[in-house]
Amino acid sequence: MKRRELLGLAGAGLLTWTTGAEAQPGPTKGAPKVRAKGGTKGAKKADTSGEDEPSGPRVALVGATLLGASERPLERAVIVLQGERIASVGTDVSAAAGATTLDLAGKVITAGFVDPLTRVGVTEIDLEDRSRDDAHSSGRAIAASFAAADGYDPSSPLVAITRREGITSVGVVPVSGLVTGQSAWADLDGDVPARALGSRSLALHVLLDDYAIGSGPVNHATALHLLRELFDDAEAYRSKRGDYEKRQVRDLGASRGDLEVVTRALDGKLPVVFHVDRASDILNVLELARSRRLRAVVASAAEGWKVAGALAAAKVPAIVYPLDEGPRDLLVRGAREDNAARLHKAGVVVAMSSGESHNARKLRQVAGNAVRAGLPHAAAIAALTRAPAHIFGLGDYGAPAAKQLANLAVWSGDPLELSTRCERLFIRGREVSLRSRQTALFEKYR
Amino acid sequence: MIRRALSLAVLVASSSCLPAPGSSKTADEASLAASRPPLPPLASPPWRAESPQPSDHPATNDAAVTLLLRGARLLLGNGKEIANGHLLLIKGRIAALGEGPGPASPPEGAYVLDLAGKTVTPGLIDTHSHMGVFPMPAALAHDDGNELVAATTPGVRTVDAIWPFDPALQRALEGGTTTVQILPGSANLIGGRATTIKLKPAQTARELVFPGAPHGLKMACGENPKRVHGRGRRVAPATRMGNLAVQRAAFLKARRLIDEWAQWATSENERRATWEKRAIEATRKSEKLAAKREACQSRPEPDRCLSALQGAGAAPSPEPFEPKLPPARDVDSEALAAVLEGLSLLHVHCYRSDDMSAMMGLGDEVGFKVTSFHHALEAYKIRDDLARRKISVSTWADWFGFKLEANDGIPENLALVHAAGGDAIVHTDSSEGVRRMNQEAAKGLWSGKHAGLALTEADAIRWLTENPARALGVERWVGTLEVGKDADVVVWSGNPFSVYARAELVLVDGEVRHDAASPSKPWSDYEVQP
Repeated sequence: MKRRELLGLAGAGLLTWTTGAEAQPGPTKGAPKVRAKGGTKGAKKADTSGEDEPSGPRVALVGATLLGASERPLERAVIVLQGERIASVGTDVSAAAGATTLDLAGKVITAGFVDPLTRVGVTEIDLEDRSRDDAHSSGRAIAASFAAADGYDPSSPLVAITRREGITSVGVVPVSGLVTGQSAWADLDGDVPARALGSRSLALHVLLDDYAIGSGPVNHATALHLLRELFDDAEAYRSKRGDYEKRQVRDLGASRGDLEVVTRALDGKLPVVFHVDRASDILNVLELARSRRLRAVVASAAEGWKVAGALAAAKVPAIVYPLDEGPRDLLVRGAREDNAARLHKAGVVVAMSSGESHNARKLRQVAGNAVRAGLPHAAAIAALTRAPAHIFGLGDYGAPAAKQLANLAVWSGDPLELSTRCERLFIRGREVSLRSRQTALFEKYR
Repeated sequence: MIRRALSLAVLVASSSCLPAPGSSKTADEASLAASRPPLPPLASPPWRAESPQPSDHPATNDAAVTLLLRGARLLLGNGKEIANGHLLLIKGRIAALGEGPGPASPPEGAYVLDLAGKTVTPGLIDTHSHMGVFPMPAALAHDDGNELVAATTPGVRTVDAIWPFDPALQRALEGGTTTVQILPGSANLIGGRATTIKLKPAQTARELVFPGAPHGLKMACGENPKRVHGRGRRVAPATRMGNLAVQRAAFLKARRLIDEWAQWATSENERRATWEKRAIEATRKSEKLAAKREACQSRPEPDRCLSALQGAGAAPSPEPFEPKLPPARDVDSEALAAVLEGLSLLHVHCYRSDDMSAMMGLGDEVGFKVTSFHHALEAYKIRDDLARRKISVSTWADWFGFKLEANDGIPENLALVHAAGGDAIVHTDSSEGVRRMNQEAAKGLWSGKHAGLALTEADAIRWLTENPARALGVERWVGTLEVGKDADVVVWSGNPFSVYARAELVLVDGEVRHDAASPSKPWSDYEVQP
């Protein structure tokens, strides 16, 4: 009854209900460039790292199998970290000279996993409204200027609970209304928001999926109409900003702050994530994105498989939730467990989400299920690492390669397997604790 | 064997001449009573009469396939496993199992499957589901699980609402689940009667009912009832105090109903005994009179003799017995009376350890026993008490935090309850989760192992099979691979605790309900394709 309980609250738990998103790995076509070769070069550069700005102690992770650096696993990898970043990735142990060396033979290393659609850090207890900072308080339909970053609390217990399962970063997404606001990218470390947030304005979010529609004031057609008006207004605002300040522009429906943010989306500077499930609605989104030149992303996309070709042709990535299957809704009748696999095969860049906040940690189980349904394993790893960084244009994240931020997880085995655990975790080069409020409870009562 | 013993007992009982209730007669009186049409039997309290009986469970299923599975790893569901064994299914029941390949010549007509690399388990059992009462697709019209216009609605029954065309039912089966308890929701303090079903295609809910399974009753602690009724409807309860007070009152009322029935039965038995005594006296008198008349016939002047007897008067013939009506029917209190008498098993939605303790205290006070706490995220804090009281813990592997009473959930909950000797159970409360119960158990297993608790896969499979079977009172038929039990069996593509494993073959009562090699058509009419 958990989910129904959430639905009973105005605006509560939309993501939990609706987007379970799963993510899929990037396909070869249209996927972010694999950086393994660059990494090798980086390894050579590491020898001359005195020339580069990285400073601080060097740590070498030696002997593990590295996934995600290239199409095939890199055996007996030598990964050197310096400061916040990866200095080099290769197999030459001499790169580790002078570094504090961790022998990780038999382990598996990946870039830290990313769940792009959570409310980690902006909610504590969903049924306690006063513990939530995940939506504009007014409940208005258009809240583009609302920024999840403004409510983010890096000391939330959810941060440590989530990262214990190898998740180093999350998207923090506002959840109420039609245009809900801007998400943030949070690294699951840092004592103050400034040190945790990789982006304060990651993407603009539009809720068109079935649950948002069901719990909000608008149906799909009304939503499209309101969106077109919003973009019309923002275009008018952009072209006549001076006249706007002099009040010589026709009446615009949105507030000035909202128009500023939507203008950034129109300029291609801010991706727009459309939470949308039905195939016909996805096609509407593609047309809207084409006509307004938006950097569109579809999230949830339960029926994405039906229009995979159109998504691939439009180079629109998808953040999906692979556990959904069957006629869950009167309008979304075609959810399939192999959605991620089909999208990937069609050439769509696929990321995944757990669709949860408290239990975002189940992301790797979600990805394992996508693999069970036909997604190649390497594509699943990419979906949890490279794809989200690529989708949001964060070049410092996602690939275990030289010069990238050192967000890395050390696993006891296959990271998607239930028997595996995350043994060590590095966020921006710093090894973080895997203890949490829950491990403390266990120890108290064991 | 149990079934046979029971049926013999029934035969013995029905062929013996047991005295009527409330009287002990001499042989003479018995023969006198036998010469009259007997009084109709005294009515049983309805909650007893309506409780399913073990004899309701059929001994065989003629529609089943005969199947010999061999070469597989068998996880028996009782904590044991056979690395390479065989399992023979005949007429919907497990006919044989053991080490090695089994009979060299399988029974005639048997299918034989060689399952090297596969694992066979009992069908999985979910103690907590709302499939059918909150069916797919989500819709206002499909909200049939919470009768939330009153805080206590023990008289409602999920069997009256289960939509057998819920598309989730087939998907659950395809994930290896074969038996499910369908509960009312947790908005109410006392939500109503739960129904245990076996998964199969059906036109009506009653076809799905697990024959012989005892009824369940759903109750809820904590936040939900006070939020829905106190805050939402402005009626009691508004606090945890109110929760307990309203539940206490409901059970005391049910206790009163039990007493009224007992009093009525005592009184009726006394009235019957009195009436029978009079009837016997009357019969005796009349027989004595008849004997005297008979004697008159041999007297010299029979007429005078007979007319002298007339003064003695004719023997009074007894008034017809007039039964008094039993207590009025009260479906709400009757459902609770069944719980108080242990006929209906009590399943309580409860998160916090102090809420669970309060509920156990209430049970001690008014006379019920909790069978299983559901959700029970803080069970680990009171695991020894729960184990001592033999109250099982139906919970998730990792859900927590969606409300304050769920804040202290930890992934080791299942493992800690198990280690304390309690019955740990993986439940889902989710029509998505029920499709991958094996994965949920795997998370619980590995969370425990990583925390240093000694656990095996043979232990963890019990969380999905034997333990939930016991919580539902159906352990004599399902939950383990044992000779004589129902042929509810799952063949897994590999290790069922792997995220990549699939249920390849699922049998219920020996009928193939899912075969991954030849997927079946949708069971649900909602999913017909033009």
